[in-house]
Amino acid sequence: MESSRFIITVIGSDRVGIVARITTVMANFNVNIVDISQTIMQSIFTMIMLAEAPQVNFDLAAFQEAMGTEGKSLGVEVKVQHEDAFRFMHRI
Amino acid sequence: MLMNPNEILETIQMVRMEHLDIRTVTMGISLRDCSHPDIEVFNENIYEKITNRAKELVRTTNEIQSLYGIPIINKRISVTPIAVAAESCRSPDFVSIAKTMDEAAKDSQVDFIGGFSALVHKGATVGDLKLINSIPEALAGTEKVCSSVNVATTKTGINMDAVSLMGDIIKKTADLTAERDGIGCAKLVVFANAPEDNPFMAGAFHGIGEPECVINVGVSGPGVVNAAVSELENPNLTEISETIKKTAFKITRMGEMVGREVSRRLGVEFGILDLSLAPTPAIGDSVAAILEAMGLERCGAHGTTAALALLNDAVKKGGAMASSSVGGLSGAFIPVSEDAGMIEAVRAGALSLEKLEAMTSVCSVGLDMIAVPGNTPASTLSAIIADEMAIGVINKKTTAVRIIPAPGKGVGDSVEFGGLLGNAPIMQVSDFSSEIFVKRGGRIPAPIQSLTN
Repeated sequence: MESSRFIITVIGSDRVGIVARITTVMANFNVNIVDISQTIMQSIFTMIMLAEAPQVNFDLAAFQEAMGTEGKSLGVEVKVQHEDAFRFMHRI
Repeated sequence: MLMNPNEILETIQMVRMEHLDIRTVTMGISLRDCSHPDIEVFNENIYEKITNRAKELVRTTNEIQSLYGIPIINKRISVTPIAVAAESCRSPDFVSIAKTMDEAAKDSQVDFIGGFSALVHKGATVGDLKLINSIPEALAGTEKVCSSVNVATTKTGINMDAVSLMGDIIKKTADLTAERDGIGCAKLVVFANAPEDNPFMAGAFHGIGEPECVINVGVSGPGVVNAAVSELENPNLTEISETIKKTAFKITRMGEMVGREVSRRLGVEFGILDLSLAPTPAIGDSVAAILEAMGLERCGAHGTTAALALLNDAVKKGGAMASSSVGGLSGAFIPVSEDAGMIEAVRAGALSLEKLEAMTSVCSVGLDMIAVPGNTPASTLSAIIADEMAIGVINKKTTAVRIIPAPGKGVGDSVEFGGLLGNAPIMQVSDFSSEIFVKRGGRIPAPIQSLTN
């Protein structure tokens, strides 16, 4: 693990304000969005973000918890996973 | 996008819906420097060493679980076979060592500790016999300790004295844990060609050729393979094999990544990645379901051995491509009680002990988590072990027997162990006696390695 980039996935039913509220939490933790994509898959809203966390003073556990809590209040599932989890599986 | 959204969602799907998990991160710890003639001192030494080495294991593993969002189900410890490490202890039995291991495992917050083991494939030392005779009491008096005995190898043949003894030991272990359906036997494996770096229980121990301390990872995913095979539209078997291979590749990569990161953070050498399709009682997370997805009405029908051979081989090929550190058992497990599809197949009358035995000749491990009537004679248990050892020895592979003669239970009953161990219907064994054959003792010589027909 060398980078501090994370894949953030938001899965659930679509509603107003998901992107706004999720990205607000990210901003509070000083997490930068590198890339973002959003689709509706089988009527399920999915948003995938590649995000960069600060190199220092970044508390991953607290960030994951804050994102999870915000997701819950929006009725969506939010996951924050290090990018290697995906890179390793699909790329050699 | 910088990463392919479909690939990201595929990974998420594997974890959310298809039970992809890292089954275990197992820390192997050498106890060879703990020897002492006084068993009290020995126990202090091993407690100290285990808890010291493993003190950061669970915390670190949990951190990695949340970093990658991949569940890590078990954290485990394996140690030098106790028969070796405790050989010089003067005490008449080794039960207190098992209790010390149990304490150390609890205090380290791990799920299991393996290595209450002896390697007696050619013959037994005084320490080996002390250990083996301590097994029933050791397993009855502990929760987390697992035991294994290697009684055969391809290079040495089958030690039939040990095979005969193990039948008695399994019976005693069942009797001492009778109030829990003989659960002690679920923590006891008899091996041929036991691997020294296997992270899976109950057979994990830290082999003689292993380093001081090592991290071995066991990754699982029958549910992922099942889903991938089920999604194919009218495939032929070549296409099924190709799909399994690709899926195994992905699962292995995940395990490799986790293993390397755990080992880096702990400053402990990375040993091996064991890619084994280890089923759980969860629906769909089943090796039987994969075989059925290939087109068999029920696991156990004619064709099951061929289907399992395809599965096992494709898993190994995908795994070997994905990581240079593949080791341990690596293949498909067929533990009856832990696999909802196997349980169903037994209940439906599709899967018998004989068919399972045939299946073990083409998959990893062997007769695993099989419950048989409580009145099965010890000599019949030994004979079942001997058959299974012969398959391993002749085919140059690991085979094992983990069998539970459930006290007071007969065919038609079932036993309930709970958790990952699941529940098992009692299976029929042959009523004809093997007693004289088993009691002859001696050694079945090592097989010839040429003229291989």
